[in-house]
Amino acid sequence: MTQSKPSPSESNAASPGVIPPVALSGVSKRFGATQALADVSLALLPGEVHGLVGENGAGKSTIVKVLAGIHQPDSGAVLLDGKPVLLHGPAQARSLGIAVVHQEPRLFPDLTVAENVFMGHTPKGSLGSVNWREMVRSSDRIFESLSVQIDPTAVVRGLSMADQQLIEIAKALSVEARVLVLDEPTASLSAHEVERLFAIVRQTRDRGVAVLFVSHRLEEVFQLCERATVLRDGRHVITAPTTELTAPDLVRHMVGRAVTMFPRSHAQIGDMLLEVRGLTRLGAFRDISFSVHAGEIVGLAGLVGAGRTEVARVLFGLDRADSGEVLFAGKRVSFKTPSEALGAGIAYVPEDRHLDGLVSSFSIAENVTLPILPRLFPRLFTRKNTERDLAADYVGQLRIRSTGVDELVEALSGGNQQKVVIAKWLATKPKVLILDEPTRGVDIGAKAEVHRIISDLAAAGLGIVLISSELPEVLAMSDRILVLHEGRIETEIPRAEATEERVMFAATGQNAEEIVSGA
Amino acid sequence: MIWRIARSREVTLAAVLIAVAAFASVRAPNFLTADNLVLVTAFAAIIAIAAVGEALVILTKNIDLSVESTIGLVAFVVATVLKQHDMPVPAAWALGIGLGLVLGMANGVIVTIFKVPSIVATLGTLSVYRGLDFYVANGHEVNLVDLPAGYSDPAHQTLLGFQFGGIGFSGIPIFVILAILVVAAVGMALRYTVIGRQFYAVGSNAEAAAVIGVRSRLTVFLAFSLCGMLAGIAGVLWGIYFGTLYASSASGLSLQVIAAVVVGGVSIAGGSGTVIGAAIGALFLGLINNELPLLKVPQEWLTLVYGAVILVAISTDALIQVRSQRAKARSRVR
Repeated sequence: MTQSKPSPSESNAASPGVIPPVALSGVSKRFGATQALADVSLALLPGEVHGLVGENGAGKSTIVKVLAGIHQPDSGAVLLDGKPVLLHGPAQARSLGIAVVHQEPRLFPDLTVAENVFMGHTPKGSLGSVNWREMVRSSDRIFESLSVQIDPTAVVRGLSMADQQLIEIAKALSVEARVLVLDEPTASLSAHEVERLFAIVRQTRDRGVAVLFVSHRLEEVFQLCERATVLRDGRHVITAPTTELTAPDLVRHMVGRAVTMFPRSHAQIGDMLLEVRGLTRLGAFRDISFSVHAGEIVGLAGLVGAGRTEVARVLFGLDRADSGEVLFAGKRVSFKTPSEALGAGIAYVPEDRHLDGLVSSFSIAENVTLPILPRLFPRLFTRKNTERDLAADYVGQLRIRSTGVDELVEALSGGNQQKVVIAKWLATKPKVLILDEPTRGVDIGAKAEVHRIISDLAAAGLGIVLISSELPEVLAMSDRILVLHEGRIETEIPRAEATEERVMFAATGQNAEEIVSGA
Repeated sequence: MIWRIARSREVTLAAVLIAVAAFASVRAPNFLTADNLVLVTAFAAIIAIAAVGEALVILTKNIDLSVESTIGLVAFVVATVLKQHDMPVPAAWALGIGLGLVLGMANGVIVTIFKVPSIVATLGTLSVYRGLDFYVANGHEVNLVDLPAGYSDPAHQTLLGFQFGGIGFSGIPIFVILAILVVAAVGMALRYTVIGRQFYAVGSNAEAAAVIGVRSRLTVFLAFSLCGMLAGIAGVLWGIYFGTLYASSASGLSLQVIAAVVVGGVSIAGGSGTVIGAAIGALFLGLINNELPLLKVPQEWLTLVYGAVILVAISTDALIQVRSQRAKARSRVR
């Protein structure tokens, strides 16, 4: 290794003599304006399950992708048995013994289980043809060693998420992996399936494999891992044996940063615009109740998968609730389509860029007016000037940097495109605006501007629901913060009492008592 | 400014067109003769009208492979009706255009209601409509002599010709004027109406379009119906141009029409392009087709060179798209 001073993680290694099969040494990685990883070092030891924790955006996924060979570090290196290697791609990483099970199973639904398990290294027969029998037999063997029953000749389509994940693990084990990386494996598993997974992980560990377990669920980290590492803002914070750490410790390491203030003009809180009572959608969220008033910004915080986007989708008419009610301006509503929601006055700026529907061959003006075309031009024929004036209005209000409203949106920067998206939904003149991760992937400068815009909108009397995984953003902008955990509202925190730790505790499902007693 | 080029692709194409025409007129003295030009542009006009319809379909991220069968069937039916019954010519033409509309609507129904992917659906109707053509023909053909006197004349006639001193301009072929009218009408509707805008939205991202309340299925149905109607018009003109019609008339034309649309800058992925571009593409390909023999390209090479030209045009387009995607990705923060 070529480092001059031992990094914290290496000095925490179990025994100085053991060379870790896989390690990251001083790895940095930047994407555009975001520094995803900064000088991170991490060593994985054989026969150990190593937990990796951190909030959204801390760099966990990037580490997984660097190990998988999907991204190459800008500086620093991946070390195999102490020697730096350049991983060109996932196939090479796999051939070197690094097996990665990603968050979403990436299987081929129309192929059989056995074909998926051996994809990329299919056992060949004498003439180079596929040896089906060997493939099925080897698959059987792997599943047996995992003590699970999966039919290798079954087609993957239709299998449960849990089974698909097991197939991914089998895929990993089919190449005699030395390192197994699991990225949020328990997100869609039931308690029983989690137990099964843990048994398999322990088995694998006992066979001498080094396991990296990335998870949001702190209690699982304590259950399964011998050591844990905390990342924050792309940097390594601490690595320690789990026996020496407590959950509150982890949370504190995950968040501890100075909260920067964003511009927030305080608005008059007006009438109640939206009231949600006992809203439930099976499999997504349960018993959600909250209200939004004019001039108010309600923050929805929580971990990925907590159900926030799902709630927004129901409010906007993209999905249907199974029970509960939504009252808009005092009247009971049930939107079957987003157009109904838009007509009533609720707009949703989606996190899913695909739903943005920015037509790249259209100009700013054409994109902004798209949702309201029939409203704007009831007599079928469009008028450029009307469009241009309307768009120019928003360009000025939102300070969209462009050469003019006729500029094609594909020529704009990411931040400005995001502003066009907001302008587009604002053009529908909503009374309630739901924003889902509005500043994700937007650079710092544009971020502050988007915050200013949101603040101004509240001041103008809109009711805003702000879904965000960025704690500083949620804390600075919200009048009240609702923290969701596993589909339920864990707690509601007024602005004055909100701290990052309190939000994070609730987001990870920590009991309130622990906060009081746990230092 | 890669994206600027895409916008002014039509201008670029027109410039290339003029360059090619200039080159041809120098190398092949036969090119600039009035007769030749009228013939070439009149035929290109037929393709152009069909291409405008096809462009509408491709804009919505679909494709219509059956246009050649619609054109052939309409041409033959109109000619047969004129030969065997005493229908007044305009009525026969109206019948033909109506038939095209119905065939297009049928395509639309299969795609939007039965949810069959358009490439599969129109592959089927390509054969079905051609089959109808063979059925109606029943082994016979229609010759020019069977049709009313002077039926084919409009294909050669021009308007706005003048002779001033030594300078003469033989005028613009009627067919070309027709094509210009069609392009203008459809082009303006696309640009200046709400529905036109929605064509682009549906082609660009049908899911997001549905979110804002655009009736995607209706839009696609409209596209196919208009495509059929325009193919009907093209079919009527085909009959006038050729005079002699067989059950297999216009076979293989679909590829020419689609090539014209794509060369004209309409993205096969939907959501971008103009009908002017499609028309210019038709004219461009018509010119190339006409010029190659004039430039003494050997018979055996004709199809090859023609295909190569199409490939080059489309590859250049793809290259520009890739460059603009990269520029987009660089400017977007991940």
